[in-house]
Amino acid sequence: MPKQIDFTEFRKRVGDLRGREYWRSLEELSRSEEFDDFVNQEFPQHAVALDHGVDRRDFVKLMGASVALAGLTACNRPAEKIIPYIRQPEDLIPGRPLFFATAMPLQGIGSGVLAESHMGRPTKIEGNPDHPSSLGATDAFMQASILGLYDPDRSQVVRHLGEISTWSEFIGALQSPLQAATTNGGTLRLLTQTVTSPTLGAQIEQLRAQYPSMQWHQWEPVSRDNVREGLRLAFGSYVNAVYHFDKANVVVSLDSDFTERGPGHLRYARDFADRRRVRHGVTASINRLYAIESAPSGSGALADHRLPVRRSDVEAYARAIAAGLGVGPAPSPAVPEGQWIAALVRDLQKNRGAGIVIAGEEQPAAVHAIAMAINQALGNIGAAVTVTDPVEVTPVNQLESLRQLVQDMNSGAVKALVILGGNPVFDAPADFHFANAFQKVPFRAHLSLYYDETSILSHWHIPETHYLESWSDVRAHDGTISIVQPLIAPLYNGRSPHEVLGALIGGLDVSPYDQVRSHWMRVAAGVPARRSGGASAGETPAATPDFEITWRKWLNDGVIAGSALPPRTAAASTAIPAAGNRHPATALELQLASDPTVFDGRFANNAWLQELPKPQTKVTWENVLLVSPKTADEIGYNEARRAPYANERSTILVDLRYRGQSLRVPLWVVPGHPDGCATLHFGYGRSRGGHVASPKEETVGVNVYPVRFSDAMSGGSGAQIVLTGEPAYPIGCTQEHQSINPADVGGDRGLVRAASFAEYQRNPDFVNEYAGGEERTDTASFYPPYSYPGHAWAMVIDSSVCTGCNGCVIACQSENNIATVGKDQVWREREMQWLRIDRYYRGPVENPEVYHQPVPCMQCEQAPCEPVCPVGATVHSSEGLNDMTYNRCVGTRYCSNNCPYKVRRFNFLFYSDYETPALKPMRNPDVTVRTRGVMEKCTYCVQRINAAKIDAERENRPLRDGEVVTACQQACPTNAIVFGDMNDPKSQVAQLKKEPTNYALLASLNTRPRTTYLGVIRNPNPEIKG
Amino acid sequence: MAQIFHRSTNTLSRVTIFGAVFIVGFVLWVIGGIVRSPYATDQGIRREQPVPFSHQHHVAGLGIDCRYCHTSVETSSFAGIPPMATCMNCHSQIWTNADMLEPVRASYASGKPLIWSRVHRLPDFVHFNHSIHVSKGIGCATCHGRVDEMALTFQAAPLTMQWCLTCHRNPEQFVRPRDQVFNMGYVPVNQAELGPKLVREYKILGPGVLTSCSTCHY
Amino acid sequence: MAQQQEPVHEVRPATQEMKIPARFIPQPVLEPGHTYASVTDHISSIVLRGKMPVIWTIGFTISVFLVLVLTAAIAKLLFVGTGIWGINHPVGWGFAIINFVWWIGIGHAGTLISAILLLLRQQWRTSINRFAEAMTLFAVAAAGIFPLLHVGRPWYAYWFFPYPNTMTLWPQFRSPLMWDVFAVSTYATVSFLFWYTGLIPDLATLRDRSNNFFGKKIYGMLAMGWRGSAKHWYRYETAYLLLAGLSTPLVLSVHSVVSFDFAVALEPGWHSTFFPPYFVAGALYAGFAMVLTLAIPARKIFRLEDFITMKHLENMGKIMLASGLVVFYAYVMEFFFGTFYSGNVFEHYMEHNRIFGPYSKMFWALIICNGLAPQLMWIRRCRTSTVWLFIAAMFSSVGMWLERFVIIPTSLSRDFLPSSWGMYHGTVWDWALYIGTIGLFLFLLFLFLRFLPMISIFEMRTLVPASPGQAVPAEQLGGSPKE
Repeated sequence: MPKQIDFTEFRKRVGDLRGREYWRSLEELSRSEEFDDFVNQEFPQHAVALDHGVDRRDFVKLMGASVALAGLTACNRPAEKIIPYIRQPEDLIPGRPLFFATAMPLQGIGSGVLAESHMGRPTKIEGNPDHPSSLGATDAFMQASILGLYDPDRSQVVRHLGEISTWSEFIGALQSPLQAATTNGGTLRLLTQTVTSPTLGAQIEQLRAQYPSMQWHQWEPVSRDNVREGLRLAFGSYVNAVYHFDKANVVVSLDSDFTERGPGHLRYARDFADRRRVRHGVTASINRLYAIESAPSGSGALADHRLPVRRSDVEAYARAIAAGLGVGPAPSPAVPEGQWIAALVRDLQKNRGAGIVIAGEEQPAAVHAIAMAINQALGNIGAAVTVTDPVEVTPVNQLESLRQLVQDMNSGAVKALVILGGNPVFDAPADFHFANAFQKVPFRAHLSLYYDETSILSHWHIPETHYLESWSDVRAHDGTISIVQPLIAPLYNGRSPHEVLGALIGGLDVSPYDQVRSHWMRVAAGVPARRSGGASAGETPAATPDFEITWRKWLNDGVIAGSALPPRTAAASTAIPAAGNRHPATALELQLASDPTVFDGRFANNAWLQELPKPQTKVTWENVLLVSPKTADEIGYNEARRAPYANERSTILVDLRYRGQSLRVPLWVVPGHPDGCATLHFGYGRSRGGHVASPKEETVGVNVYPVRFSDAMSGGSGAQIVLTGEPAYPIGCTQEHQSINPADVGGDRGLVRAASFAEYQRNPDFVNEYAGGEERTDTASFYPPYSYPGHAWAMVIDSSVCTGCNGCVIACQSENNIATVGKDQVWREREMQWLRIDRYYRGPVENPEVYHQPVPCMQCEQAPCEPVCPVGATVHSSEGLNDMTYNRCVGTRYCSNNCPYKVRRFNFLFYSDYETPALKPMRNPDVTVRTRGVMEKCTYCVQRINAAKIDAERENRPLRDGEVVTACQQACPTNAIVFGDMNDPKSQVAQLKKEPTNYALLASLNTRPRTTYLGVIRNPNPEIKG
Repeated sequence: MAQIFHRSTNTLSRVTIFGAVFIVGFVLWVIGGIVRSPYATDQGIRREQPVPFSHQHHVAGLGIDCRYCHTSVETSSFAGIPPMATCMNCHSQIWTNADMLEPVRASYASGKPLIWSRVHRLPDFVHFNHSIHVSKGIGCATCHGRVDEMALTFQAAPLTMQWCLTCHRNPEQFVRPRDQVFNMGYVPVNQAELGPKLVREYKILGPGVLTSCSTCHY
Repeated sequence: MAQQQEPVHEVRPATQEMKIPARFIPQPVLEPGHTYASVTDHISSIVLRGKMPVIWTIGFTISVFLVLVLTAAIAKLLFVGTGIWGINHPVGWGFAIINFVWWIGIGHAGTLISAILLLLRQQWRTSINRFAEAMTLFAVAAAGIFPLLHVGRPWYAYWFFPYPNTMTLWPQFRSPLMWDVFAVSTYATVSFLFWYTGLIPDLATLRDRSNNFFGKKIYGMLAMGWRGSAKHWYRYETAYLLLAGLSTPLVLSVHSVVSFDFAVALEPGWHSTFFPPYFVAGALYAGFAMVLTLAIPARKIFRLEDFITMKHLENMGKIMLASGLVVFYAYVMEFFFGTFYSGNVFEHYMEHNRIFGPYSKMFWALIICNGLAPQLMWIRRCRTSTVWLFIAAMFSSVGMWLERFVIIPTSLSRDFLPSSWGMYHGTVWDWALYIGTIGLFLFLLFLFLRFLPMISIFEMRTLVPASPGQAVPAEQLGGSPKE
């Protein structure tokens, strides 16, 4: 033990010494052996150095060194971690995305997608160009499904009576009901959604072979029953109709939103748009669309002639058209618009074989039958309309199927019910009282993505796999088969329906991969593809080398080539069903339909979709009761009565009384909505939908299923709207000013420039002669023009074919990590979507023209945002982009004020979710996640531009036109958005810029936007006035 | 009237008035120094690693090419961290029971990855792409320094935006022939003449493009 | 004060011969009967006696409370973000910028009174200039808070300043906000120097008259060894004149620059060339209004009627009228150009929206406050009645705030694309920050009243008619003998 040095004593000694003496005494100290000991303890590493004593300098040096070291250690900030692979996957290059072809099933119908995967994490959904239903386009649901995959609210464990359990316990528990099923018949029931998956079909057949008495029910709340039954009326058996809008000159929509809803809508929108697009000197004629519809829709907005009528009245119009073609009797009383109908009929007759009459899902079977009869009479069947075998494995009338199940449950006949997907407790017709019946079943198992309304009433709940997590297969609207392949192993221990069925059949833990693959091996080996009933796992032939090749090809293409169902030569009967009696015009009619953004409620927990403005109303985060202005007045609600300051994003609550039920819903006035009826979307009001769909102690939106009855699935007459006198109710609506009638906006602002095709032919550059007149031609500027030696990125948006479907909006949100902000913030006008779709009305409020105008950043040449930023966070790039440098932004918001297009978005609060771990892998690694207090905006997907440029440069070749595709462009079903390099004269965008109908928004400000629009060209029938 | 202040106050006040200017100046100068110092940039700081991997030994000693481990450096934004399998290619043969390599073997066997400490870290809002720099003739050593002389790897350059711009503003001072990119010891002969030539040859874009914000920030 | 009343003509014998009617005799800027001593006594005693009237204590307490509100508002802002305000996507600027411009405007009168009126040899300024300058400083201080806090990431506000950095980036010199940084900081600095220089002789007086130890020390330090020697006076006058010359252009430049924030932008309602004169006039208007708002009570409370005479108030009233008319003219012209001349649909709608749109209430209130209220000043009785003056001043202060509201949110809320039209409403936090800065302003003002002479003692003394042969001891001139 070395002698301790007594510093206090030492200090005392040197305390009052100064200058030299002080140092001398230090020297004495440093020579003393106590000091040596001290140093040895404190800095052992220097012990050696100090053996031979130490003079003052060394001492000071050492002290200094030690201090310095202390400082250095302080600056070693904790390092970021890097975790290497153990064995790196073969085709994976770290930092480069991979794409996998798969398909997203909805209503049993698959749409082909290409899923982008970064280091094994799916981050983005694109359309699969090889897939007939999507042709590379995507809709909002497909885009948003990526968020659905990572949703932390998804169910993560098997539950038994609410308690956490295991898969193997479930399988164990299955045995007794299965035993029972073998002995006494009909006790085992299977409830699925619409099934088109051949493998699943085969499995169900197999199960039935095992338990012959097992009964299989199917149920989708967004029902295609009307379509099925209607076609059966027309063709005598269940068939599937495929429409070819590319072959149609005249389209008549009987309340059908064919561009935005139902199987194949992406394809239909594309085909329709291809016949509508006007290119100077190329287009000789464009198609014409008549829409008779019960509520404003995307297709209706495209229509050249739109007739808003109550849903129940559509049938009369259908009959009138039929009668005009000599099919069936004219309706009595005759419909008011006789002239209109006559002109329409003449138009149809002029285009025999090149017309389509299509009826909407909500229209009764009769209307579908009539539509087919008309098509038959016009010779459209076999031409623009083809008929194939049904795409469903077993088409049934799902409503009847469910009714049967409920009856049996009530009678106690059902001993075990296994539900594969779906949420019947929430969405079954009100008069079925499904929940009560359901709870009479002794064994209830439910497979679903969420622990939802149905799960909580089930004995067993099994978490379901997302379509990006498991193997399956699915048919497209035309029957084309896609193999659904997983992008990632189940995140939340989900099980696919194939596994559950496998368990029922008795094959323990048969992987979906084996199921699907072996099924297709059997098919390849010649066992019939569809309804391959008897085939059980036993007979699976061994994989042949050439099967391996085909299999790979299928996976690679995302479709099984030539698997589309062949057209059948069938004729629709022109003997149309007798007319029922029409609803009295006096009674208010309630019209029900699925919600445009949360669908039947299954997407209710998807924040992207919740915050997505509904295409026609721009309302977010809830469902509202849509009525026409006239109807609104009739029920005593007029704009003037609203509080002066509440007039912007608010409305009133009303009580909707219908068949003994009463719902308190916000009223929303929609121009162009038919009078005497009110439209309400179901899918909202989830009680157990997750944190987004049903946050603490309240539900988002109103549950409409309680007023959906089995005898009136799409609504009925006798509704009543009663004012509640409650104060103004706030609505998260992203656009409240929608009229561009000069009277309302102080003159013609030249925002939307429209003309009929005839006018266009007379005067191709009509866009430069709008009423506003003053169009800027001189481009004088104080600043010298930029030169663009390299690329000059630009975009052209063809307003004529934009349906306002929102595909681009969500695509942008997904690609650019755009945050959602919630209803309150939307109400405060702080929504964050970079790309918005402006919706404008022109003309009389009863039936105005509707225009959709996507507005991304205009990337102005003379950008008003650039010179005003005090820190230079937004500057002009060498390729003409208005770069937005998030990390430099201090957030003065001056740029946003000075942006005439108001396309800049500011993070007023912490909008980006930095916490939730589940959402981190979903983000696009190539785009910065923006923090609070930072401005953000569309950059033409500059990350994609850079990626493509780098690839081209590395390969030492020029960038090809179309190599850079922005997210919005990629998603657009109608190819309304075209992006490219203006400097390349051959590029598509450069060509479009030359179109006479090309115009810039607010050109008079001389901002010289890079994003321009093509004027809207409609094709009204000259025979129809007004 | 009695004086309130001592005579010295005059001096004192003068000193404080003029001194203030210099004090403020000095403080600013110090701050300026700190943000450029390793304390802020992490330049030259050696990180603790689970295995004391020596580039010096593997590169200079054994002459292993960069790309043997950093496989994606020519094709991707990310140069790539070698998977354990890569280590075991050799170390299943040599030094098979060196204690130092125990963690590597353990990781390979157990499938529990080693966790390295990142040495070169750019902020998330900076998007750096290795492949383009390599293909345009920017040598590894230009940014990473003489890795072949680093026993424990450290960050050779400050990695400040200023530093990036020195090259993005005039690449001709740094570009080298493509075949020399992976040569650690490359010493340019007459860069003044070679640089501009290579810039033309490799079609390296002008400062206009290279200094656009969106070239790195998006 | 005016114990021994003397008739006017004895002070100014000249007027006696030519019988000029009383109303043509210029009113005094210092009530008669004051000696150097009485002036000094009266003014310095307010500070030195240290016994403040009750109303001061009450006011001070309130202002302290409001400063706490300010602190809370700022804390909330920093922790949560600008989202606590009412700003949104069409309307990116709200209360913060309104208040900024409002305060800066108020901060104008001080320098104008001191500098320009000094250069114009307007004697009457002497009694109000100190007061006005102080007010200027505090207003600028209050204004200075907003440009920093209204940004999304205030902790990066130093990026506004050009300094050598590791990003080799400069601020954007084309941006008016950039110009603001320089304009406002310069103005603040010069105003401060001007004010402080003016204070020095009085600080010396206080130093000499204060009889408590710390008082002597502190005033002593602040007085910077002022001894009132001829040399000091000579240098002082030179410096003061130079500063006056220096700050005169600033009076015009600052608010011109502030107006560029809007004039440079594209917004209908912002984008107009006559903003600089329009804003400067508005600033004078607002500034004098504020001086009146504060001077009238202060004058009463501290019984300064002799020093701040009705002549002062009347003159300020006249200036209010003049500048008010200029402002109103600007409104009319704006309307004319917007509605009739420009023929531009956006400009046209902007005016329409102001007058009939959702914010029309604001507009009409503005017309009443800035258009009609100043017209009172035509009437002599109003001009010479503290009550009416006070009311008019109050109206114009409110009016100027409304003017900025009408210019900023109203224009933004409905500009080019109807799809992006929206509404802006201030939230409780908007108000808290606004009220808070008023609190800060009052807080500083009360401290000023308590610790510094609110009227320039020595300048007032120059107004005392020195009758020949009346010796004035150096002490009374604020001098202290060399030892």
